[in-house]
Amino acid sequence: MEIPYTVEPRPDSGLANGKLGIWLFLASEVMLFGALFSTYILLRVGAIEWPHGELSVKLGAINTFILIASSVTMVVAWAKLKMNEFSKGRLYIIVTAVLALVFLVNKYFEYADHFGRGEGPWHSTFLAIYFTLTGLHGLHILGGIAVMAYLAGPGAGLWKKNPDQYTNRVEYTGLYWHFVDLVWIFLFPVLYLL
Amino acid sequence: MSEHPVDMSKSIRTYGIVGGLLFLFTAITVGVNLIHVSSVALAITIALIIATMKGSMVAAIFMHLNHEKKWIYGALVLTVVFFVVLLLLPNLTVSDTIGTPSSYAISAEHAAQKAEKAEK
Repeated sequence: MEIPYTVEPRPDSGLANGKLGIWLFLASEVMLFGALFSTYILLRVGAIEWPHGELSVKLGAINTFILIASSVTMVVAWAKLKMNEFSKGRLYIIVTAVLALVFLVNKYFEYADHFGRGEGPWHSTFLAIYFTLTGLHGLHILGGIAVMAYLAGPGAGLWKKNPDQYTNRVEYTGLYWHFVDLVWIFLFPVLYLL
Repeated sequence: MSEHPVDMSKSIRTYGIVGGLLFLFTAITVGVNLIHVSSVALAITIALIIATMKGSMVAAIFMHLNHEKKWIYGALVLTVVFFVVLLLLPNLTVSDTIGTPSSYAISAEHAAQKAEKAEK
C-alpha cells in the first residue's frame, strides 16, 4: 500500500504530510532546547559569580562559520534538485555532511582540551550546562550526518523512482539542519561571549 | 518536477547573499566581544539582537518561512506561546516558600510576643 500525500499536498492543509510532520517535530525541539535555555537563565541569574572567558572564542566562531556554510550548501542542494540537477544536489548534500563532520572534529578538540585539564561537567555549574547544551546539540549534528549520509548513499536510489519524493526528503532534512544551525546561532554568544 | 531554472538561480543567489550576511553578523558579534563594551547589559543586548537577526534570516530565507502555508504558521504561533510560558516557568520559584517562615507563622509569633508584653 502506498503512503498518501508524500508528494501531493493534502486538500485540507495544503501541505504534504512530511512537511507538517517535520515542523511539528521542530516545535517539540524548540521546547526541548527552550527548557535547557530556561535552565541556563535560572542558573545564571541565581549565581553569585559566573565564569567568563573559559571557552575558546576562536574555535566557537570557526564552528559558527562552518555551520552557516553548511546551511547554505544544504539549501542549495535542495534548489539544485528542484532544477533537476541530481548530481550537483547530491554533491552539495555530501559537502554539507563533511562540514558537519568538521564541526564535530572541532568540538572534539574543545572537549578534549577541557577533559585534559580535568574540567568535566562536574567541575562547575557553567561547565555542567555547557556540556549539556553543546552535547545535545552535537547529538543533533550526528543525527543530521546520518540522514545526509543515507540521502547521498543508499537513499539516493529514490531519485530514479520518484524524484519529487526524494526532493521533499532533502527539503525536510534541510529544515531540520537549519534548525540545528539556528540553535547554534544562539548557543555561541550565550556560552562563548556573554 | 523541475522549477523554472531562472527563478531557482535567483534563489541560489539570495541564499549566497544571506550566507554572506550571516558571516558578517558573526564577525560583528565577535568584534563587539573583542572591544570589551563597558556595560555587561549592553554587550548582552547587542549579542542577542544580532543573534535574533541571524536567526530570523535563517528561518525566513533558508527555512522558507517568508512564504509558508497557514498551518505551519499556526503550529509556530502555538510553539511561541508555549515557549514563552516555558521561559517564564522559573519565575514560579519566586512564590516558592519552602525553607522560609510562612506569613501565618510570623503573625502567630508576633501575637505571642504581644501577649507576653501585655502580661508584664
